[in-house]
Amino acid sequence: MAVAATGHVSGPGDPAAGGPPPPAERPGRAPYGLLAPGLLWLVAFFVAPIAVLFVTSLMVPVPGGDIGQFQPALDVGNYAQAITEYWQVFLRSFWYGLLATVFALLVGYPLAYVIAVRARGRPTLQQFMLVLVIAPFFTSFIVRTLAWRQILADEGPVVAALQAVYILPADGRLTATSIAVVAGLTYNFLPFMILPIYAALGRLDLRLVEAGQDLYANPFTTFLRVTWPLSLPGVVAGTLLTFIPASADYVNATLLGNPGTRMIGNVIDAQFFNVVDYPLASAISFVLMAAIVVLVAVYVRRAGTEELV
Amino acid sequence: MTAVTSPPPETPARIARGVAGSGPRRRRRVHPGDWLLPLLAVLAFVYLFVPIAYTIAFSFNDAPRANRVWQGFTLDNWREPCAAQGVCEAVATSLQVGLLATLVATVLGTALAIALVRYRFRFRATTNLLIFVPMATPEVVLGASLLTQFLNLGVPLGFQTVVIAHIVFCLSFVVVTVKARVATLDPALEQAAADLYAGPFQAFLRVTFPLLLPGIMAAALLSFALSFDDFIITNFNSGNVDTFPKWVYVAAVRGLPAEANVIGSAMFVIALLLVAIGRLASLRRRAG
Repeated sequence: MAVAATGHVSGPGDPAAGGPPPPAERPGRAPYGLLAPGLLWLVAFFVAPIAVLFVTSLMVPVPGGDIGQFQPALDVGNYAQAITEYWQVFLRSFWYGLLATVFALLVGYPLAYVIAVRARGRPTLQQFMLVLVIAPFFTSFIVRTLAWRQILADEGPVVAALQAVYILPADGRLTATSIAVVAGLTYNFLPFMILPIYAALGRLDLRLVEAGQDLYANPFTTFLRVTWPLSLPGVVAGTLLTFIPASADYVNATLLGNPGTRMIGNVIDAQFFNVVDYPLASAISFVLMAAIVVLVAVYVRRAGTEELV
Repeated sequence: MTAVTSPPPETPARIARGVAGSGPRRRRRVHPGDWLLPLLAVLAFVYLFVPIAYTIAFSFNDAPRANRVWQGFTLDNWREPCAAQGVCEAVATSLQVGLLATLVATVLGTALAIALVRYRFRFRATTNLLIFVPMATPEVVLGASLLTQFLNLGVPLGFQTVVIAHIVFCLSFVVVTVKARVATLDPALEQAAADLYAGPFQAFLRVTFPLLLPGIMAAALLSFALSFDDFIITNFNSGNVDTFPKWVYVAAVRGLPAEANVIGSAMFVIALLLVAIGRLASLRRRAG
């Protein structure tokens, strides 16, 4: 995913570079043999399912049929229900996702900077720190989230410490609160924030920073005017890779939250498996996807980078 | 994009100093960034590793059933990691799914990456979009859409449907990772191979593939990690089959058995060891 961030993949042989065009690049005819297997897979198991999801979202129950039996229709009632009944859950999900993204950026940026810039020239240390960022993936994220539940539990060390210094009232708690859910989301998606920023900062030319200092900018101004803008593609990619999964997650809300912290993923999961209302679940999924596409499009426009693809 | 690819022109200040060319390097004032940044980095690492340290510590807890309160040190959990019902079957399933999905996703993804970087064709932008969108699609939506399709087609949920689903989300990550590597390759190398009478297949096998290998390996590793750790998409498409994350999720309702900590810790240690061995091997290769 680090590379998803860089996005900056131009074809070899820039015409501006001069010289003859690279021989391996054949314009015009598509390399069907290379493309076909992967594209067919994506069409069969990504595009088609999304289309089926859309068709399902317009279905209605079979009159007199069993639970879970639906027939094709063109009913937009599911969408109306999805929005009127769950708009608060949608807002909460995006709010938690936004908070987790901001916190992950605050925690992740300095770490990415240290790995990419401060450790530059010491490849072993750099590699070691990168491995440490990715290593948590290998302890299952469910196991880690459950560990957080124990650490933040009422009888756990964190609650006792916070109560001792009166940050938390004597009957206060952390598990089953929105704080725990946001902390869990921040934690789980932190590597997705760090890696793209690392990739962007890895290309940072330190001579530009030096130039800023030579021109008598203080470190803060240098950061704001030189380093930050150059790391922006990584920041945009990292925030997307954090915001999208965080706002659609339901594991953290289930394991660390309470019914009041329910997120939209919980609703989709429950509608599929407990209520068995596939059309409504599909409609909610579609609204979620549409909302994310709109938010991402606006954000990417604003951030001024369109080189993610 | 604002990324700088070529060295910037010398700044007037640098040139001035270069002309002056005298004296030691200008002494830098110590500013808060010098100590604050490493401190923040260390704190971030602590945050990342607190739950892992907890998981490892409690894998030695003498409380096999409800592993919540520290009861005393034991090695029993490590001696019999399969004691909890179904846990080792779940791990085996996860490994099989991970290996299969990684294999297919890496082959398909590498082909796509080569095509996208090396060829110009009409629907190239559409192809790029088709690869990007699954990464931007929330897992619940990906899982739910595949589930509705499998239900509509009457495909029974199980091992195969999990593998199919995992390939979908691994594929995009493989393409993006390998693409970056292909872009660094000089096409002239393949041309040189062709000049030396290598066929296209031979040129690929002897020249392109070895050069791409680091990128392909990174993609495969990432793909395996994503597959092994996936819960949401698996949960939608697995039917009765348990993968390790799903087993843990279900078992946690009754109180998490210590075996889950053992497996989680073991995976963590094994991954670190593999990375260390790989690093040592590459260092030795460079030295030899």
